[in-house]
Order: sequence, then structure tokens, then C-alpha cells
Amino acid sequence: MRSKTIKVDYLARVEGEGALYIKVKDGKLADVKLKIFEPPRFFEAFLRERNYTEAPDITARICGICPIAYQMSAVHAMEYAFCVKVEGQLRALRRLIYCGEWIESHALHVYMLHAPDFLGYPDAIQMAKDHSDIVQRGLQLKKIGNEIVALLGGREIHPVNVRVGGFYKVPSMQELAPIAEKLKWARDAALETVRWTATLNFPDFEQDYEFVALRHINEYPLNEGRLVSNKGLDISIQEYENYFIEEHVQHSNALHSAIKERGAYFVGPLARYNLNFDLLSPSAQEAARSAGLSPVCRNPFKSIIVRGVEILYACDEALRIIDQYEKPEKPSIQAQPTVATGFGCTEAPRGILYHRYSIDGKGIIVDARIVPPTSQNQKTIENDLWQFIPKYLHLPDERLTLQCEQAIRNYDPCISCATHFLKLHIDREQK
Amino acid sequence: MSLLDCEDELLAITNRVDIAYFLEATSTVRKGPYDISLVEGSITTQHDVKRIQKIRQNSKLLVTIGACATAGGIQALRNFKNVNDFISLVYAKPQYIETLDKSTPIANHVPVDYELRGCPINKRQLLEVLSAFLHGRKPNTPSYSVCIECKRRFNVCVMVSCGIPCLGPVTHAGCNAICPSYHRGCYGCYGPMETPNTTSLSSQFSQLGLDKDNIVRTFRTFNAYAEPFRKESEAYEK
Repeated sequence: MRSKTIKVDYLARVEGEGALYIKVKDGKLADVKLKIFEPPRFFEAFLRERNYTEAPDITARICGICPIAYQMSAVHAMEYAFCVKVEGQLRALRRLIYCGEWIESHALHVYMLHAPDFLGYPDAIQMAKDHSDIVQRGLQLKKIGNEIVALLGGREIHPVNVRVGGFYKVPSMQELAPIAEKLKWARDAALETVRWTATLNFPDFEQDYEFVALRHINEYPLNEGRLVSNKGLDISIQEYENYFIEEHVQHSNALHSAIKERGAYFVGPLARYNLNFDLLSPSAQEAARSAGLSPVCRNPFKSIIVRGVEILYACDEALRIIDQYEKPEKPSIQAQPTVATGFGCTEAPRGILYHRYSIDGKGIIVDARIVPPTSQNQKTIENDLWQFIPKYLHLPDERLTLQCEQAIRNYDPCISCATHFLKLHIDREQK
Repeated sequence: MSLLDCEDELLAITNRVDIAYFLEATSTVRKGPYDISLVEGSITTQHDVKRIQKIRQNSKLLVTIGACATAGGIQALRNFKNVNDFISLVYAKPQYIETLDKSTPIANHVPVDYELRGCPINKRQLLEVLSAFLHGRKPNTPSYSVCIECKRRFNVCVMVSCGIPCLGPVTHAGCNAICPSYHRGCYGCYGPMETPNTTSLSSQFSQLGLDKDNIVRTFRTFNAYAEPFRKESEAYEK
């Protein structure tokens, strides 16, 4: 019998660095380890002794693709601590900037990172040589998402305009109007994205996952809601640490999350979709159905279609917000720091992002906790590989590696933010 | 990331430049030597030290991009503390973590041909640097302060008119004065300009009511270990 090890030393097209180790003994899968080796990042420690006002600027630096998610979880946590309620147009503007980030991040992942797997290209640049229109559509979608973030945030990466209590400056209706025109094109492009991704070939692979996402009373979740799952979880975000634990495993700098006494769970677009289908816009629901997606989907490879559905939703929602916009009188609500602990959990493009801060009476952070989406999905990614790899063990190493990478990319792992990630080692031991 | 954000230019760039190693965007890896290497990130592990030496040996031009690569970045906040305290704060099993006690810029380890500042870098400046090297000329990225950019935007000075502490007078240009344009003080993403008068700015901050701790925090963010900012923050540390 043949045994072997496959090691992928640097996994491509995932943000950050990680590695995968696969051991095959006597023709059977013997071990799977997802390793994260981007140097540890210490953000929780850096936040100690900083002013509460700095948390959105500092935590934005954890990720270049989803800085808004970090800023939103941070400001919501601080506002919880100081009993500040951000409502009306300021709240709507926060949803708008988050829609921008979803469009930008999802378009990047669908077109530049994941689609090349399905079509057999090493990257979107090679793909563009045969499918120029498709890649251009993706780039233009991404650009519109970035334009929303840049208008409301000051720039695409590490925006400067988000603060506890609201914004430093709010836009005029005249500034938003040109974005609305572009969003009308983007909505059609998003619909095309759903149609086109539905024509890709999907491996027959479904698992009985526990999906976890926010659920809000009357809107598809971005900033607020309760944490729910398809297996009975229904808690407020303040209860997060009573139900979820993090383990530090030797092979990874990321901490692995689990639900107490149940284990691995699944966060991100597929989880949000399965738990909130009824709250999508009518056109997003219709697009999903037309693409052959039922309201419940357990095939993680189809998350590429779901990202398309969410781009469409984000375009609809952004248009709705701009349509109803009136410039608020003040750009922010004053916060008065007190001795308190605050909790924030928002839906980053990759899934729920949890922050907790303890603040002293002078507004100084004394303790911080951050749980990014990729570390929450890690156990589930490893579990998928345990189930997925045995069907493909007959393949030569190079093909097997590509299959594994595609399976990992289903989760759009942002490895730099989960460092607390990818190389591939396949070990086939000969007897 | 900033390169991927050049949505209108990305495909045009790839017509002129072969991308040899960019794992965030492509699985294709080409063997060196390389004409130009753009390196981001600071040196925080022994593995980084070996890797940057290999990259230097294989590159005609080495350009470092971003505050981590040019100044140690936010990771350099550890340089002011004991790194082991940080490890045990964040990780349950510190024995699994391998890291150096300081986060340092690339230029501390190998010769660097050009540094592009910013957290994040400005993608227009990145295009300028690529274009300059393609045409064999020096990149045009001014080293004056954010104040100059701010004046050019006809902004009213946030520090003079509203008393908002602003690092603009001592910070390297490049962002086009975004923060003052959004009615907040500059917080120094692009690091110190050439010959900054940080001492004078700190006393202005004191007059505006910033206490010592807040002055230390103001200089100690994403370019905390860049010498002028480091010295200024240390002068106010008890």
C-alpha cells in the first residue's frame, strides 16, 4: 500500500499566510492539519492602556480587506459600554459603509480568488485572457464597493471617518447621488454574478453543519442582532463567551473556536443565508431561487453563489439607504466614558467578528478580546478536509493540492486576521 | 492589497509587468532573480530575517511598502514592552509562539532601494513608484508634511480653528490630508517627515490640554518606532 505526505508550504489566494499538512498512511487519510504561521500579532495586548477612541483606528489595522468590520465591532462594543444609542440616519450610514465593504470583499473573493479554482486558472489575470468581460465585471463591482467605503470612510483601506458615536463628518445628498447611479449598474452586475456562478461545477459535498450568524428582527444582519444557529442557539452577544470557547493548538498561531460541548461551527455568507433567507431583499431571494439555490444550502462550495446573492442584497440595501437619506444634524453622538465592559459582534464579510473591551473611568482600555471569523471556521475547514480528501486520494499530488485549496477557499479565510494561516504537505507513507 | 485595489489599472499593469510572486493574488510562482521586489511587513521572527536576505539576494531593486516594512509598524508597540508579557496575554500556551522581541523595519536588516510610506500606502503613489522604475527615473513622492497637502485642499486648520490635536505638521505627506478633510486631526499614518519639529508640536499639544500619557499615545501608533516619533514619545514617558 502507498502512503504519502502532501505539504503545501504557502497557500495561494488566501489573504495572509498559512499551510496545510496532509498525511496518508496505507492509502488512508491519517492526519489533516491547517497551520497558521503568520507571526502572532498581539492586537489584544496593544489595545491595553489605549484610549477607547483609538479602538476603531487600531483594530482596522488587523485586516486590509475588512477594516470596516473591525471598526464596527469596536464602536458597537464601546457604545454598549457607555449606553450610547446610534439611530436614524447615522445608523443607516453605518449600514451603507458596511454594504460597501461586503461588495468590495465579496467581489474580490468571487472573481479574483475563488472563480479561478472552478475554471482551472492560477489567478484572475490568466483568467482575464479568456474571460475578459467576466474579470472586468468583478473589478468594476469591487471598485464600486470601494468607492462607498472611500466616500464615507475617507479611503478604502483603514478608513478614518468611523468613530464611537457615529462619524467625524457625514456626506451631503449631493455626494451620495453619483454612487446611487453606479449602484444601479452594480445591481445588474450582481445579478449576473449570481447567474454566472450558478453555472460552475460543484462537487457533490454536503455536511450537517451548525451554522451561526446574527439574526435581527427585521433586517438582514450587518451590525446588530442576536446570535442564532440552526441547532437551537439563540443568545444575546453579551453571552458569547458563555457559549463559545477558544483553544490554542500547537500547529497554529490562530486560536480554534468551538461551541461548548458541541464543537465546530460555521460562520460567514452561507451561515447568514441559511439563517436569514427570509430577510433578504425580494430581488436577492428571487435571484437565489432562479439560480437553483433553496433557502437552505449545505454545500460549502456553493458559497460562491451565496456571495453573489449577498452582493446583490448589499446593492439593494445601499440604494434603499441613499434613497431615504437626509443629512443628520450632527455627525456623532457624544459618549461619556464610565467604568464598564462593552460587547460588539458584527457580520464581517467572512462571518461574525466579536469584540469585548473593559474600560476604566478615564476611558482607558484595560482589557480587550477579539475573535475573528477565520479562527471560528478553522475547525470546520479541517473537518471538511477530513471528509473531502478521501474521495480524491487517487489523484496525483498536484491535483489533490488544488482540490484542497479550493475547499479551503470556500471559507474565504482571511489568514492575517486569524493569526492568531497556508503551506500544503501531503505525506504518503510507503510500507 | 493596494495593488488589487487598482481596479482600473490592474490588467494594464500585468501587460507591462510579470508578477512573479504574489500569493494573495496568484498560485503561479516564478523563480528569481527579480527586477523589482515590493516587500510589505516588518521583521518579527527569525524566519523573516532569513527570508528577507534571500529576497535581497534575488532582487535588482528592493522597495519596501507600508509602515510595517518602513518603520516596524503597529507591531513595534511591543518594542516598548516585554514581548513575553504580550504573548502570555493573548495566547494560552506561550511555548507554541516563536517571535523576536522587537518588530523592526526591513532597512535594519538589508539595504533597501526605496521606501514607500503609509498605513496604508496610497495606491496612486504605488503606481508612481512602479511607473518610475519601469522608465528608469526617480519616483516623485514628496517628503514635505501633511500640512502642505492640507493647505492645497483649502482646508481650514483643525488645530488652529477648533483646537483639535493634529500630527499634520510633523507627518510625511502622501495621504492627501484625509483626516483634516474629514474634520479630525492627522494621526500620523505616514510617519515622520524629514526633519520634523516634534518638540514644538508636543508643547502645542500640552497647551491644548493633552496630558503626558496622551502625548505618548499620539506619537505611538503605526510608526511608533520611527526615530523622531520614538524619541518624542520617550521624552514624555514617566
